[in-house]
This record gives sequence, structure tokens and C-alpha cells, in this order.
Amino acid sequence: MTEQAAAAPQRGETPVSEPMTGAQSLIRSLEAVGAETVFGIPGGTILPAYDPLMDSTKVRHILVRHEQGAGHAATGYAQATGKVGVCMATSGPGATNLVTPIADAYMDSVPIVAITGQVASAVIGTDAFQEADICGITMPIIKHNYLVTDPAEIPRVVAEAFHIASTGRPGPVLVDIAKDALQAQTVFRWPVEMQLPGYRPVTKPHAKQIREAARLLTSAKRPVLYIGGGVIKAGATAELRILAELTGAPVVTTLMALGSFPDTHDQHLGMPGMHGSVAAVTALQKADLLFAVGTRFDDRVTGRLDTFAPNAKIVHADIDPAEIGKNRTADVPIVGDAREILADLIQAVQAEIAAGAVPQYGEWWEQLNGWRKTYPLGYDAAPDGLLSPQQVIERIGQLVGTDAIYVAGVGQHQMWASQFLTFDKPSTWLNSGGAGTMGYAVPAAMGAKAGRPETEVWAVDGDGCFQMTNQELVTCALNNLPIKVAVINNGSLGMVRQWQTLFYGQRYSNTVLHDGPANDGRGPSAGTRIPDFVKLAEAMGCYGLRCERPEDLDATIQQAMAIKDGPVVIDFIVHQDAMVWPMVAAGTSNDEILAARDVRPDFGDEND
Amino acid sequence: MSKHTLSVLVENKPGVLARIAALFSRRGFNIDSLAVGPTEHSDISRMTIVVNVEDLPLEQVTKQLNKLVNVIKIVELDPVAAVRRELVLVKVRADSETRSQITEIVQLFRAKTVDVSPDAVTIEATGGSDKLEAMLKMLEPYGIKELVQSGLVAVGRGARSITDRSLRALDRSA
Repeated sequence: MTEQAAAAPQRGETPVSEPMTGAQSLIRSLEAVGAETVFGIPGGTILPAYDPLMDSTKVRHILVRHEQGAGHAATGYAQATGKVGVCMATSGPGATNLVTPIADAYMDSVPIVAITGQVASAVIGTDAFQEADICGITMPIIKHNYLVTDPAEIPRVVAEAFHIASTGRPGPVLVDIAKDALQAQTVFRWPVEMQLPGYRPVTKPHAKQIREAARLLTSAKRPVLYIGGGVIKAGATAELRILAELTGAPVVTTLMALGSFPDTHDQHLGMPGMHGSVAAVTALQKADLLFAVGTRFDDRVTGRLDTFAPNAKIVHADIDPAEIGKNRTADVPIVGDAREILADLIQAVQAEIAAGAVPQYGEWWEQLNGWRKTYPLGYDAAPDGLLSPQQVIERIGQLVGTDAIYVAGVGQHQMWASQFLTFDKPSTWLNSGGAGTMGYAVPAAMGAKAGRPETEVWAVDGDGCFQMTNQELVTCALNNLPIKVAVINNGSLGMVRQWQTLFYGQRYSNTVLHDGPANDGRGPSAGTRIPDFVKLAEAMGCYGLRCERPEDLDATIQQAMAIKDGPVVIDFIVHQDAMVWPMVAAGTSNDEILAARDVRPDFGDEND
Repeated sequence: MSKHTLSVLVENKPGVLARIAALFSRRGFNIDSLAVGPTEHSDISRMTIVVNVEDLPLEQVTKQLNKLVNVIKIVELDPVAAVRRELVLVKVRADSETRSQITEIVQLFRAKTVDVSPDAVTIEATGGSDKLEAMLKMLEPYGIKELVQSGLVAVGRGARSITDRSLRALDRSA
């Protein structure tokens, strides 16, 4: 969906045909498709590529500390800029370390291209040193991959990889290049002709379906615009707002779509799903029409599928035909690019309205506003003298503002960030939604900062997540990528602990990260403080701050904001027992949503 | 569950079969039989896949297959409007007493004896799965020593070809 990798011959482009090595051809190809930043680590088989990379004035390479960091950085870069993110690694363990970020990008449809070295073609299949069949390994978690053994193919394959990654439903593409192909002499020819007879994404929606969708939307009594991340990827947020305001329909935005419609907009009901707002979850349950755009009826949104939105007709618009009807049958399926779909819908709805079909959602809004008023998002205050994690996140949002990019890890802090930060603009919220990859935040924030250096980038991370990938703070410190990392430190794997509290009789098996004697006199919270995140930050060339008391909260955030010349880690010591509410327990119906522990909203259902 | 025959045109490239097999396994679809071979166009291979699924999962199978970059086209062949064949090679115990009886069965099913030895015959037969099953049932009492069977291949009846348009697309992109 992003416009890049225009590898087809363009008018005015002078054709190039120059002899060089495969490695040089690779770097020239990356330059030609407009790759500006590559995150990676060299090693044996990719080594030939790093030599010409050193001389490139167009491609900047950022040397990361772990290939997983390179992969997530590419993802963060892509999500923040809308361009294709690029990462590079050597064969074997270098390549397998990219597997998690590739799976993550696949689940969240992020356009990245991973370039890996492979052992020389003559020894492929012999269990050579650092050999791994990375094409085979990534097959089920990738949009497409290539094994290149002929250097002449490099320009075409790179062009195709960028094209496939960024068009249709975006996703990761891997290009695995044998070492001898990088070393051999070849001819770099550009532009190239892509050979993709089986790849034809449909972007233009069917006019008849659009008319039918518009008719359903204007005639519905209780519609909800159920908006997913596809709307951000398609750059369709302006169109979404026009359509929403034209009809007056309520909007819910999924975890991947936060920022696609302003949180502050009166028609926004919040996020649906397991930890969504009562109003958003209930609106879907009670709706007579779900107008789903760029979203995939994920189990975290639907809850128990056979009880999801039982009375709703479904309009399902998505770029990927396989998503339509996968989990829930669509009454009106629309295949196409979200921006084209919404643009066409605006016209079709205008025509409906002109013909007298004016939407009447008044009664619906009375109900919605009732739920919104009775069950607003909120949280319990922390025990005296302790910081509550929600308050920390909320204050960061209020003080830093809605222009910044926020990047979360996975767990309680991620859900609180989704609830208590305010998102008014697209591409200001980056997280690992589908894969739920702990450790995503720091490297993704690094990638976002590399792509948008002028923007403030705040990672909101948990202490569990932070310990998985914090080594990339070294990369940030050395490469002038001054991100902020707010570690929401509750000393435990909080989300798992919450489930243990609720479903495992408070038996906290292996969720305590830093144990120690209770109230040992070293401060309001217990524990050994291993590791000491302030010292760790300083050891990695970052500033380290700590905040333990509510009265220091604002000052600490402001202190961090004032630091411009390096990455900052803030260790927020928060109380351990805070929980994420509302919650729909896994495998149960959205109707069973709990607004808080043991508090089931009263919807005035007659049958209950 | 019901059986569906899918003809899948794919790019003739290394790894395509693995991609398809990986997709079926990852999505939990069951393959009854799979046959791959070249077509009249050297750049295209054709797979005939028999899947055993309900209609809704079938739609998912075809949509997911279509997402594979190397898959050019998928057509479901209606059993009544297609010729469907399997090949079986079967080695049956046969001595001077039973050989003529077995030869009679071979003729009844319009099969062929392709190898004879003093105590066995090897029979080649093609046909739909019903016919082959019936033949094997007849041969069973004599003692089946070895059996090998191909995946099903199928082609639509009439003059229309499912490769025509795909070839044009391929020519354009080449």
C-alpha cells in the first residue's frame, strides 16, 4: 500500500547496465528501491555485502547488538514512516534470530525486507558451518521469500521483494543470498522487469458492493465502524473521519488502529476486545451492523466467536480476500484498499443521503452514551505512597503530548498504554498486536526514531519485556537515537501474574522477576532490584532516572523530556497488584465483560 | 466433509511444492492426494490436489493458496465435468493355477499386466478411484504383495483450457 519500490521502468529513468560483483549489485539495488536505513549485523556469509555498503552514500547501516533488534527496528521504522523497513543478517544463527521479528511483522502486516547471507551454493544442504534453511524456516510466517544463487537475479529479486512487502496486504519478505552469488561478477541492470504472474493484489473495490454497504450503513439503526490497522497502513484516516462525520456512526479502533480516528473525537468509543472499553465492546455486541474496515475479527476482539455481535450484519472490507469470511461470514464482502474503499463509500453514502436515506442513530447514541458515562475507563488508586502504573502512563501521555510516537512491549503496560495514552494521529502508536512479542518496544522505538528523528519517541515497556531486548539501547546511544524508555517496573511478569491472580488461585509460579524480602526498608517496594535499571542504563551510555513516589512523577517525566543528547531510561517503580480492566476472559463471550473485578456491567438485558 | 479437486497452476520454481505443503499443514487442511507435473508451458507446473473439507474451509484453502506469490491460478474441477484418473501398480501373488484367473480380472478392468514372474504378476491400471478400488478388491484374495498408487490427476471436459489466460499473464510478465 505504501508507494515505494517503483521498480517497473519509469519515464525519465536512465537505464543502467554496469559490471560489478553481486554484493555491489545488492547495494545498488537497495539504493535504487529507495532504502535509506538498514539495521543489521555482519557475519561470514553476508560479509561481501558489507564491503560495498561501507561506501554507499544513500544507504545508512545501523549496527545493532542482536539480529532480533534489527528485525524489530525495521518494523518500528516501517510503522513510523510507512516505508519498507530493512534488516540484514548473516546465515545460520544470524538468520534464525530474525525469525521472531519476521513472525511479528507477518502477524501485524508490516512491510519489511530481511536480507540474509547464505552459505555458498555448492555447500547448501551439506550442514555447512552456519547453514540454516531460513527460507524453509520462515515459510509459514512470511509473505514471500527468495533464495538467490544467481547474481544476475539480485536486482530483480530486490525490486520484487520491496514491491511484495509494500503492496497489497503488506508483510515481511526475506531475500537469502548465497555467498558465492555475492562474490561473483555480474551485471547490474536497472530498471528491472518484475516477474510476478501470480501476484495481483486487488485495490479497487467493487462498485456494487460499495453501494450495498452504503445502503446498509444509512439504513442501520445501531451501526458501528469497526476499524483496524489496515486503515492506517492505507493512509485512509482522513477518509475515515469524513465517513464517520458524514454518517454520525460510532467508531471503535482496534489495538492496531489506535490513532486512525482521534481518541478525543466525540464519536470514538475506544478500543474493542479483551481489554477494550465497556462502551466499545458492548457496542459491537449490541450492534445491528458492523462496518469492518482493514481488520480481521481477531479472537482478542471477538471473544467467543459464536456469541460475537449476534445480531449484526457484517460489512467486511479488507485488502486480503482470505480475511473476509475467515472468522465471521460477511454479508457484504469488499476486497480492496481501505483508502479507495472509504473514498468510494463517502460518495455512495452521500448519494444515499441525497436520496433521502438520512442515518437515524439517535436512540443508539443514547444507549452508547449511557454505557460510556457509566463505565468509563479508570483505575484504582495505588496503596498510599506507591505509584500506580496507569497513573505513570497517563501522565507521560499528558506531559509528552499527542505528537510523539509511543511504542509498547507486550503485557499489562501495553494495555494500559492503549487505554490511558491519547492517540489523535496515525502512526503514533506502535506495538506488537498479533504476535504479542515481548521485547518489541526498545528496538522498535529505535527504528521509529531512526525513521523520524524529529519526533519524540517514547517506549513504554514492562520490566519483563525490557530485559529481553534492552541491549539495543547501546545501539541508540552510539547512533544518536535519543529515545525515552519508561520501564513500568512492577517486579513481575504482570499480565501472567494477573491471570494467576484471577484463574490460578493466586499461585504465582515463576512470575516474580526480582524477588526479595518484603519491605526491607530500602523503599516503598520490595525486591532486590536486580538488575538495577538505572545502573544498567548508565552502563549502556544512556541516562538513568528512577521514580518511586507519586509526588516525584511529573518532575521525573519532565526531567527526562529535557534531556536531548542521549537515550533516557526511567525506572518507574509501581505497585505489583494493579490489574488491567475491563477484561473479557479468554474463551468467553464479550457479553461476560467485567468492568472491574467482579463487576459485570448492567446492560438492562431482559433475558439475564 | 466432502472431497474437492483443485487444479493449481504454479510457477515452475524450486520450493513451490514445499510452500503449498507448508500452507496446508499450517492451516490444518487435510490433503487426500496431490500430484505434480509439468504442463504444456515450461514455466508452469500443475498440481492436482484433492482436499477433504467442508465448503467454508474450502474457500479458505483456495484463498490462502491464492496468496502464495508463486500460485498463478486455482480452479475447482466439478467431478461430473472433469476426467479424473489415478494410476496404480500392483504386484499380486500368482502361480500357474491362479495366473489365468488374475489375467481375466486384468482384462475385465481393462488393466495391463506389465511384469510376470513364476510366483507374481505386476498389473498397471488407470481409472477413477471407484474402478481401481473394485479391481483391488477382486485381486485381494490372491495376495497383494506390493501396491503403489499415484495422486489423482484431472482435466475439465470440453475445449476450454484453464491454462490459456494464465499463460498470457506469464508472457506479459516475462
